[in-house]
Formats: sequence, C-alpha cells, structure tokens
Amino acid sequence: MIHVKDLSVSFSDVRVLHDVSFDVATGESFALVGESGSGKSTILKALAGQLPAFTGTLRIGEDNDTDRPFSARDRARQVQMVFQDPYGSLHPRRTIDDTLNEPLLIHGLPDRDSKVIAMLDAVGLPRRFRFRLPHQLSGGQRQRVAIARALMLNPPVLLLDEPTSALDVSVQAEILNLLKSLREEKNLTFLLVTHDLPVVSFLCDRLAILHAGRIVETANTEALRSGQLSSSYGQELFQRSVYG
Amino acid sequence: MSLLSVENLRVTFPTDHGPADVVRGLSFTLGRERLGIVGESGSGKSMTGRAIMGLVPAPGKVTADQLMFNGKDLRGLSEDERRDLRGTAMSMVLQDPKFSLNPVIRIGEQIEEAMAVHGTLGRRERRERALEALTAVRIKDPERVARLFPHEVSGGMGQRVMIAMMVVLEPALMIADEPTSALDVSVRGQVLDILADLVSRRGMGLILISHDLNMVARWCDRILVMYRGEIVEEIASGALMDAQHPYTRGLVASLPTIDETRDRLPVLDRGKL
Ligand SMILES: Nc1ncnc2c1ncn2[C@@H]1O[C@H](COP(=O)(O)OP(=O)(O)OP(=O)(O)O)[C@@H](O)[C@H]1O
Ligand SMILES: Nc1ncnc2c1ncn2[C@@H]1O[C@H](COP(=O)(O)OP(=O)(O)OP(=O)(O)O)[C@@H](O)[C@H]1O
Ligand SMILES: [Mg+2]
Ligand SMILES: [Mg+2]
Repeated sequence: MIHVKDLSVSFSDVRVLHDVSFDVATGESFALVGESGSGKSTILKALAGQLPAFTGTLRIGEDNDTDRPFSARDRARQVQMVFQDPYGSLHPRRTIDDTLNEPLLIHGLPDRDSKVIAMLDAVGLPRRFRFRLPHQLSGGQRQRVAIARALMLNPPVLLLDEPTSALDVSVQAEILNLLKSLREEKNLTFLLVTHDLPVVSFLCDRLAILHAGRIVETANTEALRSGQLSSSYGQELFQRSVYG
Repeated sequence: MSLLSVENLRVTFPTDHGPADVVRGLSFTLGRERLGIVGESGSGKSMTGRAIMGLVPAPGKVTADQLMFNGKDLRGLSEDERRDLRGTAMSMVLQDPKFSLNPVIRIGEQIEEAMAVHGTLGRRERRERALEALTAVRIKDPERVARLFPHEVSGGMGQRVMIAMMVVLEPALMIADEPTSALDVSVRGQVLDILADLVSRRGMGLILISHDLNMVARWCDRILVMYRGEIVEEIASGALMDAQHPYTRGLVASLPTIDETRDRLPVLDRGKL
C-alpha cells in the first residue's frame, strides 16, 4: 500500500535523507521512530505530495505513482495526513465545524451534520466546541481536531506525525483505541511517526529506526517489546525509554 | 521566601454559554526547584503558565488573591513592566514553539535578539553565544540551523530553539510548556540535563508542564495534577504509583508500556470522577 524506494531529499545542497526504503502492506501499521531532525516528517511530507523535489520512487494507495501524481482531490480520498504541528495546519479563521465539513463538501458527501457530530464524539471533543476557532482551544484539543479532520473521508491510508504527543495519556488511550478499531474494521494502513516507543508497541506491527537521515534498522514490534533491537542506536532508544 | 506564590488564581473567558472559568482557584508556591504540572487536556495548564507570565490572550481575564514573584506583586504591573520582566526575570517556552517564533526572521538572529535585552554583549559575541546555545541543545550543525527560517526546522528542533532562547536569558523563573514532546528520548535527556543544571547551579525555579508522566515522575521534585481547572493532587517525586486521586490513578492505568500486549488500553470513566 505504501512503497518507498531509495528516497533521497536535499534542501539547498544539504542532504537530509539518504536512500530510504521501506514497504507497508495493506492493513499494516508501520512506525517511524528516531532522532529529532533525522527526516521523519520529511518522509511523510514526500508521501503526502508536499515536497517539491526528491529522488527515488514513492507509491501510495492503489498502485499510483507519485511521479505521475493524483489530482489533489483523488489523493485526499486515498491518503490523509495528521501534521506534527496542529496549530500550523488548521486555518486560524475557520471554526472547527468549517474544518470538519470542508472535506465532506468538496467530495459532495451527504449527512454532513451528523458526521461532524459523530466525529467530535469519537475524538472526545465536547460538542459545544463545534463553533470555536483554533486559538480558542488547548493544544490537545487542536490536535484532536486535526485527527478528526483526517478521519472525515475514511481514507484507506493515514500518515500520522506524532498524533498523540499533545494529549494527556487518558485521551491518548482513547485515540489509540479508536485508531486500532478503525484499522480492524476498515483494514486501514497506518504510517506513524512517534517518539513514544510504548505507543509503537501498542499500535504497530513493524518499525523503522532513523538516525541522521538513514534507516539504521527495520524490525518487528516483537523485537522492540522484548528489547531485542539490533542496532546500537535502537538499543540506546530502548534503554533510555525504559530506564530514563 | 519562595520565588513564586500563587493564591486563588482564576482565568475566565466569555463564551456563548456565559463566562467559563478555565482555571479555578489555583494555589501553590514555587521555590528553587523543578515543579511538574500534569493533567487533562484542556484542564488549564497552559493558561496557568500564561497567567503567571501575563500572556493570557484577550478576552481572557485573570484574577488572584496573591501573585508574588521575588517579592514583587505582579497584579498591578503595567504592560510595559510585565514585558521587561519577561525579557529578563521570567521566561516561558510556549506549547506551539514554531507559532511563537517570528516566521520571517532566521533562527540565529532570533536568539541573538533575545540576548540583546542584556545589552552588554557585542554583535560578534552574541552570535557566538547563539551558536553555543544551539550546540548545547544538541543541534548538530548550528551554523546551518542558525540560517534557517522557523518553517525549515523540524518539530523537535523548533522546541530546542525555544529552549535555547529561554536558557540564554538565564531567568530566575522558567516555565516550559511541553518543551520536549517532539524530542527523541536520547536528546530529551540531554536537554533536561541543561535545565536541571540551571536549577541546581543557578538556583532558578522551573515549572515543567508535560503529558509525559514517567518523565515528570522521575525528573521533577514534585508534581501537581490538574483536572478541570483545579489541582486535584500533589505528588512527591517518584511517588506516582502511590497516587490517590481517581483521575491520577486513571492516568497511570492508561499508560501503554514498552512490552504492551493489551488489545485495548483502559480509559477513564469521566462520568465517575
Ligand atoms: N524547507 C526546509 N528547508 C531546509 N531544511 C529543511 C526544510 N525542511 C526540513 N529541513 C531539514 O531537514 C531535516 C529533517 O527534518 P524533519 O522535519 O523531517 O525531521 P524529523 O525527523 O521529523 O524531526 P522531529 O522529530 O524533530 O520532528 C532537518 O535538519 C531540517 O532542518
Ligand atoms: N479564547 C478562549 N475562549 C474560550 N475558552 C478558551 C479560550 N482559550 C482557551 N480556552 C479553554 O481553556 C481551557 C484551558 O486551556 P489550556 O490551554 O490551559 O489547557 P491545557 O491544560 O494546557 O491543555 P492541553 O494539555 O490540551 O494543552 C480549554 O478547555 C480551552 O478550550
Ligand atoms: Mg518531525
Ligand atoms: Mg496546553
């Protein structure tokens, strides 16, 4: 469902990704973890069609080539992204209601009102917040709006960049359970960036570990659970995560 | 004498359904220590920090029976006096770091500007200090990053830039709102070491707002737990597992673990709290 082969990205002559390759099967949940600044968000942006220049091959959704990109409209139905920085990705003058309605409107889908309300409930946002603007919400409330927006169109592929990092752990548990149920019911495919290794253990089947723009290890989540990661950087992350 | 003392702090916003108290009568004191604040999303953690800094956005209203910082009553201060304090004596890392940076000024220049309030340093010296500060927060190629604009740095790099800007000021009071949520555990440890050093060596006070229960429990001297605008419990360092309040216990229960095999995570029954 997601195919990344030899992806390399440079910004003004500085190479930030070096020949990154991995595949994610339909219905699989795959994590990208690793160093801050190692290029995780850049990989997601490339897959979401938001990077003007890269080399390598990317495929996402039903046999589509990003060299021969979908129209923005078709892409939106195939893949949705939750950005790392929810504040920056929400329009400052659009209410939550506008934000959640917009994808339904563009694709001419029915029952918008009930869908918006059901989604607010699903991500644990009180209905009375429906007509608020982003700056009238707390950080975690904004993050839930971004998750809700991505789920509105039921896309088969979700790219999630630190989706629960601004949530208290009880709300995080609700969102993680919701994502897990959606995946089971609809056979969704997830590519998830997180710094939180326990989140990987709960939600993902496999993970890739990035360091300085390279994948240093790809492993099954079982190896993470049992502390059997093979790269030294992977071991360091495991040790730090368990012992602080 | 404590560095900061807060009594009956309230923050109120007008809403369609009448005024809403988002911080409801908070009282605590802060010494030269690391105080953690954890709690529900939307429970008023960020607003508490902003109220202390004088940064609650309009139309929000702040009241308190006491708001003393270093022997100074913060309540009657003018906007200018508040701004002077923010530049020198107290500083806050906001939760959305990139949003609080100026989008059209290069990172290095912004750190240099933050230092300018101290006045005495020459241009070359400020530049050097800015690069040092970036190196201290484990930015690998500080020369390159200093030349980038805020939208060109990663999430975790943005957080570290904000911490660097706070640290160069060496304020007496630091408030950090989710300063490490985008950092890998390895860099996070190193950044926390810098803050710990400032607290112990320079005698600063630090309020750390975070959702990372394990980190806060290990690293802070004590923790306040907030729920719906109030402090529901105070926990001593390392005593998270002995927490009494049902909300805190619910939080602990819903933490996934690294050897997680549960099919679903337990969630809070909010109706019962
Ligand atoms: N538009 C840009 N111009 C210049 N450099 C950029 C740009 N976008 C990203 N970079 C650089 O690419 C590198 C990787 O950034 P990226 O955001 O992908 O990291 P990340 O792994 O998501 O980190 P974090 O965990 O901190 O969010 C960083 O060094 C960053 O400065
Ligand atoms: N302009 C506003 N008008 C009305 N309510 C507001 C406004 N700004 C914030 N709020 C509300 O104030 C409450 C407290 O917000 P605050 O940002 O302090 O939460 P928080 O504890 O930091 O949460 P998080 O962990 O999600 O960041 C939230 O419920 C939020 O919706
Ligand atoms: Mg990122
Ligand atoms: Mg907050």
